[in-house]
Amino acid sequence: MSENIKKKQIDRRWIFLLLFISVALPLIFVIGFPIETTENARLVYGLIEQTPKGSKVIISFDYDPASKPELHPMGKALMKHCFDRDIKVIVTALWPMGVQMAEDIYSDLKDNYPDKKYGEDYVNMGYKAGGIVTIQAMGKNFRDIFPQDMNGTSIDELPILDGINNFDNLGFVFALSAGDPGIKQWVQIAHDTFGRPVSGGVTGVSAPAVIPYVNQQQQLIGLLAGLKGAAEYELLTKTPGTATKGMDAQSVAHLIIIIFIIMGNINYWRNKKAEKKGVE
Amino acid sequence: MKRKIPLLITFLVGVIIIISEFIPHKPFGQISGELEKWYLIIAGFAIILGQLSLFKVNLFKIRHRQKNWQFFILTLLSFILMVSIGIFWGTENHPGIFGNGETISNTIGTKPFDYLFDNVYQNLQATMFSLLAFFIASAAYRAFIARTLESSLLLVAAILVMLGNTSLGSALTGWLPESLKFLHLPRISEFIMKYPTTAGQRAIMIGAAFGIIGSSLRIILGIERSYLGGK
Amino acid sequence: MKKTILMLFLFSASLLFSQDIFFEAVDNPNDDGCAIQLRWDASNISSTKMNIERKDDGGEASLVQKVDKAEGEYMDGEDIKPSIEYVYCFSAWDENDQLIEKVESVVFAKAQWFNSEKISLLILALIITAAILFFIYSAKSGKELYIRKIAGLESIDESVGRATEMGRPILFIPGILDLDDMQTIAGLTILGKVAHKAAEYDAEIIVPVCRSMVLSTAKEVVKEAYLKAGRPDAYNPDSVFYLTDDQFGYVAGVDGIIMREKPAANFLMGAFYAESLILAETGFASGAIQTAGTAMPSQLPFFVVACDYTLIGEELFAASAYLSKEPNQLGSLKGQDLGKALFVILLAIGIVLEISGVHFLKDFLTVY
Repeated sequence: MSENIKKKQIDRRWIFLLLFISVALPLIFVIGFPIETTENARLVYGLIEQTPKGSKVIISFDYDPASKPELHPMGKALMKHCFDRDIKVIVTALWPMGVQMAEDIYSDLKDNYPDKKYGEDYVNMGYKAGGIVTIQAMGKNFRDIFPQDMNGTSIDELPILDGINNFDNLGFVFALSAGDPGIKQWVQIAHDTFGRPVSGGVTGVSAPAVIPYVNQQQQLIGLLAGLKGAAEYELLTKTPGTATKGMDAQSVAHLIIIIFIIMGNINYWRNKKAEKKGVE
Repeated sequence: MKRKIPLLITFLVGVIIIISEFIPHKPFGQISGELEKWYLIIAGFAIILGQLSLFKVNLFKIRHRQKNWQFFILTLLSFILMVSIGIFWGTENHPGIFGNGETISNTIGTKPFDYLFDNVYQNLQATMFSLLAFFIASAAYRAFIARTLESSLLLVAAILVMLGNTSLGSALTGWLPESLKFLHLPRISEFIMKYPTTAGQRAIMIGAAFGIIGSSLRIILGIERSYLGGK
Repeated sequence: MKKTILMLFLFSASLLFSQDIFFEAVDNPNDDGCAIQLRWDASNISSTKMNIERKDDGGEASLVQKVDKAEGEYMDGEDIKPSIEYVYCFSAWDENDQLIEKVESVVFAKAQWFNSEKISLLILALIITAAILFFIYSAKSGKELYIRKIAGLESIDESVGRATEMGRPILFIPGILDLDDMQTIAGLTILGKVAHKAAEYDAEIIVPVCRSMVLSTAKEVVKEAYLKAGRPDAYNPDSVFYLTDDQFGYVAGVDGIIMREKPAANFLMGAFYAESLILAETGFASGAIQTAGTAMPSQLPFFVVACDYTLIGEELFAASAYLSKEPNQLGSLKGQDLGKALFVILLAIGIVLEISGVHFLKDFLTVY
């Protein structure tokens, strides 16, 4: 790394402090910047809208509390959208903490949907270790991998799982993914091997690596990327939540980073000039 | 012999898994399914190995009063605390060996395990992840310097994507007339992410995929043995 | 008699042509004979209740699925065995519970010996495998193979040497994924080389891992490396240890090690996610010389920014061959390159064909 860049630059602790302030303040004093939807978010919305009523879908909660601020609002808006459209939700988790994340959302929503019954309209199958191998095995025999739900109720006693032996009778798979195992594995197995529609939501930082799967082969049907994706989905489903609120903070933080980048460049050029003068 | 048996197992399993990708007929589909189950079982039992290692290494450091040995006590205490309260009073839907711990639950609102999970574990995780935002800021400050034409292009693209991915981008260029909408920041950002970025990412992914095929073949054929500790 | 036969024929023909429900049961192709595809279209009738039943080999009928859509399909995979006759029956009732119509379909499930949908995959796999094997063979026969210089791998000696001079340890992180990920295995092969060098130079190596299976393998790799370097006495079994499976718990642990132990050289080789920059920036702040390698495209920019050397994608997998300089390993790299060339040609042809409106190649190569 060039010595010029390393020297005479702002102490990074100043950057940390300013960034902290720029995130904290908009969370307290809401600005209300406008939000626009992107094609990827609209594709996700379209997938749920086009799924026939009564269809059964898998939502895989493959994240943990660390990525909750980005993925939780997506999960909530998505589950709400599914309930509104009478789509039955089967929850799985490839991350141990994913089970808790799904339960968190369901307990938030169930009071607003008194007609939705556990076991008929929603079920949480719990966590399964093994990542891609588990997905592969689910595609071959779902009932073998999940003989019971997270409460220990046998799969045969859960009406929502009637006829679910593999991925064949599912409307789509939606992966809320913070890493590995996650959306990539769902694409590779559920879509590429078993031909089921797959969509998902990922953290902002991993989005560039996942976006290539949104292609003509529809390996992924749309993608919700980071807090912005969550806010867009909240906007599309007309359920503003924590993501919409967080967008102000994100916008200001980005602005601060841009200002720092500009300052870094000014410093660099100033140092370069000084170096030249020194040589002369 | 010690080396030959693992190599033979690797070869056989590798070949069977590849064949089962193309032959759905029994027994191939079945064998690969069984092997997948074996993997799950081994992965489950391997967790014990990890926990034993954690205990052994930390206890050793405490016993020999190595530098910062107090930290290692904290690690072990946290581990023992979470495991024991989980075993004693269970989690949200499962009772523990002492039942549901109603007295404690009434005092703190939830079961002790869930209480610690919600109020300590979740927050610690979120804190660690949040550090990323600070590091991204300092790394961006250092990295996006217009030294050459390429790095200047990178700098401009980064700023456009950053602005376009926030509400600020919509606010800044939302006023543009329909004929100039292609200059709207969210659209520019979407374009950069969708085409140049995706092209680059795909190239790396394709290269890596060939790397994986090559490495897999080397391992299956026993040419590459360093993962067994060999040359 | 003739009249009766004629009447019967006309009656059955009228029944056949008046059939308002389309229903068929067919064998699910390209599987192990354990699934039947059912398709129906009952949009011409007004029914309040519909269901599909199945009779196994002349046995009792059992309910397969209650149907709530007038048109649709369903995959029956429950207890289906190959070469057994199954009779499926689609029944529809009106609001008075009167049977409107009942349609039957007979089917045998068949197990296939080849998944024809994957023919293109097989052809490409065979070509690439043949190319790799050919180059391995030709390398074995003594043909010299050129491999370009990879700065990240050339720097291993420098990094280990620096750590030895400074009397500080070397930190090696084999990613955060398990052994089923190729990047972890590639990371472990590099660990073997780094540990070998560390043993030769008598430098301390620390390997915190976040998966139990990686722990046992990494221990074995480091132990063997010390043995091969002729320094089994210097091997410390506790130098490879497990921290936690939890992503950010692991990051916290490793960051702590970096800040406390201040390693002189950090190696981050394997699969990384959001933790990549947290680890690399902490290493940068501690002043260590850092070499990273991953095939995770989204994490590469972070490593490029914060590390001194970065192995990009395939370079990570090439490391073992590069470092060992064994001809048969290098040969496989050449084979990969041929695969890449083939891919570029296919891509170019594909672009031209798609622009010209010919979709044959795309359809042939699309695998579901």
